[in-house]
Amino acid sequence: MIEERFDAIVVGAGMSGNAAALTLAKRGLKVLQIERGEYAGSKNVQGAILYADMLEKLVPNFREDAPLERHLVEQRFWIMDNKSHTGLHYRSEDFNEERPNRYTIIRSQFDRWFSSKVREAGAIVLCETTVTELVKDAYGKVIGVITDRQDGEVHADVVVLAEGVNGLLGTRADLRERPKPDNVALAVKEMHFLPRETIEARFNIKGDEGVVIEAAGTISAGMTGMGFVYANKESVSLGIGCLVSDFQKTGETPYDLLERFKNHPSVAPLLEGSEVKEYAAHLIPEGGYNAIPNLYGDGWVVVGDAAQLNNAMHREGSNLAMTSGRLAAEAIFQVKSRRDPMTKENLELYKKMLDDSFVIKDLKKYKDMPALLHTQSQNFFLTYPQLVSKALQNFVRVDGTPKKEKEKTTLKQWVAARSWTGLFGDAFRFARAWR
Amino acid sequence: MAEPTKTPTPAPASRAAAKKELPEHFKAYKHVWVFIEMERGHVHPVSWELMGSGRKLADKLGVDLAAVLIGGPGEALNAAVAESFCYGADLAYVCADPVLTDYRNEPYSRALTDMVNTYKPEILLLGASTLGRDLAGAVATTLLTGLTADCTELEVDSDGSLAATRPTFGGSLLCTIYTLNFRPQMATVRPRVMPMPERVEKPIARVIEHKLDMTESDIITKILAFVPDRDKATSNLAFADVVVAGGLGLGSLENYQLVKHLASVLGAEYGCSRPLVQKGWVSADRQIGQTGKTIRPKLYIAAGISGAIQHRVGVDGSDLIVAINTDKNAPIFDFAHLAIVTDAIRLLPALTEAFRKRLSAHTRDRIAS
Amino acid sequence: MHIVVCIKQVPDSAQIRVHPVTNTIMRQGVPTIINPYDLFALEEAMRLRDKVGGEVTVLTMGPPSAEDSLRKALTFGADRAVLLTDRFFAGADTLATSYALAAAVRKISNTYAPVDVVFTGKQTIDGDTAQVGPGVCKRLNFLQLTYVSKIVSIDLEGRTIEVERRSEGGVQVLRSALPCLITMLEGTNEVRRGSMQNALNAARATVVKWSAQDAGVEDITKCGLRGSPTVVKRVFAPTPRAEKAALVDPAGRPPADALIEEIFKLRPKLEADMFELARGY
Ligand SMILES: Cc1cc2nc3c(=O)[nH]c(=O)nc-3n(C[C@H](O)[C@H](O)[C@H](O)COP(=O)(O)OP(=O)(O)OC[C@H]3O[C@@H](n4cnc5c(N)ncnc54)[C@H](O)[C@@H]3O)c2cc1C
Ligand SMILES: Cc1cc2nc3c(=O)[nH]c(=O)nc-3n(C[C@H](O)[C@H](O)[C@H](O)COP(=O)(O)OP(=O)(O)OC[C@H]3O[C@@H](n4cnc5c(N)ncnc54)[C@H](O)[C@@H]3O)c2cc1C
Ligand SMILES: Nc1ncnc2c1ncn2[C@@H]1O[C@H](COP(=O)(O)O)[C@@H](O)[C@H]1O
Repeated sequence: MIEERFDAIVVGAGMSGNAAALTLAKRGLKVLQIERGEYAGSKNVQGAILYADMLEKLVPNFREDAPLERHLVEQRFWIMDNKSHTGLHYRSEDFNEERPNRYTIIRSQFDRWFSSKVREAGAIVLCETTVTELVKDAYGKVIGVITDRQDGEVHADVVVLAEGVNGLLGTRADLRERPKPDNVALAVKEMHFLPRETIEARFNIKGDEGVVIEAAGTISAGMTGMGFVYANKESVSLGIGCLVSDFQKTGETPYDLLERFKNHPSVAPLLEGSEVKEYAAHLIPEGGYNAIPNLYGDGWVVVGDAAQLNNAMHREGSNLAMTSGRLAAEAIFQVKSRRDPMTKENLELYKKMLDDSFVIKDLKKYKDMPALLHTQSQNFFLTYPQLVSKALQNFVRVDGTPKKEKEKTTLKQWVAARSWTGLFGDAFRFARAWR
Repeated sequence: MAEPTKTPTPAPASRAAAKKELPEHFKAYKHVWVFIEMERGHVHPVSWELMGSGRKLADKLGVDLAAVLIGGPGEALNAAVAESFCYGADLAYVCADPVLTDYRNEPYSRALTDMVNTYKPEILLLGASTLGRDLAGAVATTLLTGLTADCTELEVDSDGSLAATRPTFGGSLLCTIYTLNFRPQMATVRPRVMPMPERVEKPIARVIEHKLDMTESDIITKILAFVPDRDKATSNLAFADVVVAGGLGLGSLENYQLVKHLASVLGAEYGCSRPLVQKGWVSADRQIGQTGKTIRPKLYIAAGISGAIQHRVGVDGSDLIVAINTDKNAPIFDFAHLAIVTDAIRLLPALTEAFRKRLSAHTRDRIAS
Repeated sequence: MHIVVCIKQVPDSAQIRVHPVTNTIMRQGVPTIINPYDLFALEEAMRLRDKVGGEVTVLTMGPPSAEDSLRKALTFGADRAVLLTDRFFAGADTLATSYALAAAVRKISNTYAPVDVVFTGKQTIDGDTAQVGPGVCKRLNFLQLTYVSKIVSIDLEGRTIEVERRSEGGVQVLRSALPCLITMLEGTNEVRRGSMQNALNAARATVVKWSAQDAGVEDITKCGLRGSPTVVKRVFAPTPRAEKAALVDPAGRPPADALIEEIFKLRPKLEADMFELARGY
């Protein structure tokens, strides 16, 4: 065991862990951060879109040296069937602002940079070290961690669990349940390398401008899921994810889905001639508000994906992770400055701060969405996309059929597929879940 | 050599272009030398391979090709000297002394450095074997000249400079390296990369003897013992005519035995890709590839090997590469000649049996005819 | 006893890609690692230290980012780390690299404690020359022991060392003297993980950073690109073979028979050769 004591131990050097460790260290606490990967980010998988606002609160001048890929000027939403996509594209010159709002990043590089800031702030960052267990005292209070290194027990006043979606430590220590298969999505992702000019030509961008495509529809084979395509500087990230329970039910494999997505006639031309570098799979917590576990207890708090703080509807995760990490650290700092112990009662402050933030407010707003999309996945991810596609094709194709007749055909198709009650029901349920 | 840090920078090209006049004192340096490596009475085959390349360079430059031999006096050394003429030497420099009987860095690097300073070759080639690398580094540093290690191609360019090409970045790229304004231009070449030249019976011609100015008492390092490799087969992989190798695709040490069985039926050597060595399934001297052995067999059978670039560079010289892989997109299909998309674990036993029959059927045919 | 281990930070060559169109290296996101061969040297040095006492200094010449590798070496349990970094060192070939490293070893000797043994790896995976070790050794005028597979014994009083050294056909058992330079053979040991305390110490340690001047390099023209007699003239990708492998189609035959037939169809002379071989066993 290590004699030396720390004010706080942060488990994990992902988005949430780095935010917490940085904030704690900046506040002058003695922080030990432990990461199992070879370096911060070596094991982390993300699309990835970075939301500047939340990072600015941690590293105000991050734009000076953070490894950013492209700032986003265009967002495309695609509803896809097997041969078509219906798109809503939003592009604005306003996004070419001095302090852009969203960037594509490559997590392994970004996390490494982020971690260097944590080090600079004075935290001790240990990589290639896995926390295997939490140490509790006789009263059940968490007092430290055990790592897989020789003589690897270390104690601290409080442990911040920022271990990501699996949250094994928390589960093992009975602080929370294992995430259920219908609360987590399995996403697979590939990086496709292409020359810079090719990417810019294909996505209609210049300089450091970037584009995001979010896609849903038959690509997920009737399962609750989404696909994405992000333009980086010299690569395109692309992936697709669906609920684990759906994979279990359908027997589909993520790899097959990704293959189909890549070969879709709307996607394939974007990737043509690319060299695939990296294939990765990762879980995303998608249970929403109802799946959030206990966030704090005696001697511990949990942040980021480990706390299921992820907004699947908007594909936001890293910003919730950064914010929860920062708020947890602020709460710890306040307790510490009052010289109070890190008890459950005192750490409730973290929960309060989180409740007041966009994190919990947003998740609450969509609290019924996961259940709806899950029970209605066949409709939302198969039937409707096909109907939309047929309707639009009918609408744009000029073949001498009178317009009235066209509209009738479309309406008939919709009613035949879902019935009037079904249509109204879906619309109502969706609107209510959105609200 | 090529420090990799420098290969991708465009700067060196401009420096190479600004090639200066060779300093006056280097102008006397002439002729191509090949160091003939002897250990315990045996000449390393790489030396004869180098004689083949050296001959071509010398002819192009219109100079002599000299064999350089260092060793203990005796039959073996004399035989090697004679043999060097059969492999194309115009002359031979020989340094024979009892202290040179077994290889040691101190007396060998002294001998070779002195010979270079005395007879001034413009090109000096050595094998990139353990002995050659041990010697070349010491000699080049003492002479303060450039050394290009592990070359795969040697050429002389229009103005007579040695253009040595070697793999870099793990074999994903090749680079051509010059030694500007320094002599000799030194290079080491890996065994089995250059083809073995034909041996032509020739009498001994010019032999120049060089005396070592060192005695046993000047030499600090002493050889206490020499333990020859017991398992002779281990060092044979590089020279085998038929090689069967297995990779991670075999899945287990047990399945790897299938490779050994096939190899034993064929009288072949067996090898593997690196992960199997890392898993401890196979000993390191069986690894084929960049950080293992380079092979040049007539037939190479690779089972369950994906064909990563680091593996590829070790087998590219094989006459016929046969790949067995379940993945029709495996990179090995880009450089194998013949491929079968199937489960190696099932095919290997069948193949072993079929070869056994075929090769004995062959016996029958021969006896019959 | 004071041991210096030379390690190099190298790009993980398994992850290097060549741009399919421009034939240049795509370096984006290629991680760096400690040259795997150097880990054997480091571990052997630490074992020697643990046995006879003393300290291990790790030394590297490289860009500022090479600090990561040094810190990792400290995590494994090295006692001190020195980073030789200076723009004058850029573009060094083996001769120039060994010049700078030798200067640093001398400086380390003078600053901390006289160096008894320098360890290097057998070779690097990027340079791959196995020449820097011998180069450093010659410049220091140490005794050179390459491809060492085992350190049999060391006698600090008598200043002698006994090692086993791999040669082409066997193993030489050598007795030599200190100071010496050892290039360690791979596969001889496995680098330790380093305890929690090692890891904590490493995270806190300051890596000593020396410029050419700090290291006492006398002649700057012997460093880097300027001090390198070799020059890279051209970098290019190997020409890919035009045709892909011919796929064996069993066409009703047992696949093994089909494969053998195709082999001998492509190389008719092979069968006779293989018969000879097979008979030999
Ligand atoms: C394919 C995909 C695409 C995504 N796209 C986006 C996007 O575009 N925008 C967005 O905002 N979010 C996105 N997300 C979500 C986002 O990645 C996560 O919400 C965010 O990374 C969560 O951060 P975190 O710090 O909680 O967890 P992580 O980033 O997962 O970090 C956890 C860290 O803890 C370490 N760790 C775990 N256990 C231990 C242990 N026992 N000991 C030591 N260390 C340990 C891990 O190695 C890891 O480094 C995406 C996710 C995926 C999978
Ligand atoms: C610095 C460095 C040096 C290296 N040096 C070397 C070297 O010298 N030699 C070397 O080999 N590697 C070397 N490597 C490693 C190299 O990059 C590859 O990782 C390695 O060659 C892969 O080994 P593999 O083909 O056995 O395994 P994999 O790449 O995992 O391939 C396994 C293959 O088996 C196939 N397969 C699976 N199941 C079956 C089945 N039942 N039947 C048939 N096929 C099946 C798969 O489709 C796959 O193609 C080096 C790497 C580095 C970084
Ligand atoms: N830049 C460097 N810094 C420190 N050590 C080095 C450096 N380059 C090479 N070495 C050492 O020299 C050995 C042989 O390298 P190489 O000649 O490049 O194959 C390596 O295993 C290292 O131990």
